[in-house]
Amino acid sequence: MTKIVVVTSGKGGVGKTTTSAALATGLALRGFKTTVIDFDVGLRNLDLIMGCERRVVYDLVNVINGDANIKQALIKDKRVDNLFILPASQTRDKDALTQEGVETVLDALRDDLQMDYIICDSPAGIEKGALMAAYFADEAVVVTNPEVSSVRDSDRIIGILASKTRHAEQGNGDIPARLLLTRYSPERVEKGEMLSVEDVQEILAIELLGVVPESQAVLNASNAGNPVILDTDSDAGQAYADAVARFLGDELPHRFVTLNKKGLFGRLFGG
Amino acid sequence: MSIFSYLLPKKQSSASVAKERLQIIVARERSGRGGPDYLPQLQEELLQVVRKYVPVDQDAVNVQVDRETGCDILELNITLPEEA
Repeated sequence: MTKIVVVTSGKGGVGKTTTSAALATGLALRGFKTTVIDFDVGLRNLDLIMGCERRVVYDLVNVINGDANIKQALIKDKRVDNLFILPASQTRDKDALTQEGVETVLDALRDDLQMDYIICDSPAGIEKGALMAAYFADEAVVVTNPEVSSVRDSDRIIGILASKTRHAEQGNGDIPARLLLTRYSPERVEKGEMLSVEDVQEILAIELLGVVPESQAVLNASNAGNPVILDTDSDAGQAYADAVARFLGDELPHRFVTLNKKGLFGRLFGG
Repeated sequence: MSIFSYLLPKKQSSASVAKERLQIIVARERSGRGGPDYLPQLQEELLQVVRKYVPVDQDAVNVQVDRETGCDILELNITLPEEA
């Protein structure tokens, strides 16, 4: 059974692409055949985060238009088996994504290529690209920063997910949506400068998939074109690995949410 | 920091201000959700009509649809300014 997962947020720059790359890589590392699709037509970026920007020949819109078949367009990851990337087109044509076209691509990934997971990296906003990324989803990951505009936009997206998916239109109710809180800083939460996990969860009222701490590892990973989950020594990499485990049904305690209290020694000598 | 700062009431943290503001705006935006598509425009036009006679705020007109078994109830709530 193929599962289609949309990674969405409403607001831009909160970590959708970083999360899509990490989630897809994590699932592939667990042996699931996974494709990650960039739905941000006109502003392709997943290829850079995945480090395959120089291997792009065909893209999502080429496949939709029949200029290439899905096998020609898929880029096989060189580091991880079972991982494939379908880049977005750089066209400025806003109507390039059609519902029928997207459905054909997803059907081919499911029926011909027998993917276990298809991760749809949504563009920011609530326009066509975002709606198309979400429409066929079976599940959603809502990426949110602990910051007012991101939380508000996430709430809006959760509302859209409840009504504008195929699942909902067919009368099957909401798709499961889970929260991934990124750029979290326990220090600032402690000081009362940042919304806490509990605050955000209370407002959005959806299940928590994971908390990714603010981390230098994320920028380092994107600089190099490596999904951050491959940096297994880093806090962000480990947080994403935990999130993937929870995504697959494991029950793990949330790490990186509380401040490591300095002991007396640390307070005396730690500066 | 003087010793008096411990005695004075603590200033509200910016995070709790953020949480309060979010709770209010999110509740308001949710109430408009799931209703018929014409609701925002209805609200806007009603506001224009009311403003012909009384100067009211953007928030003064509240339109809500409640679903009960068997019927939908369109609820209109207009808050007039005190001096009117």
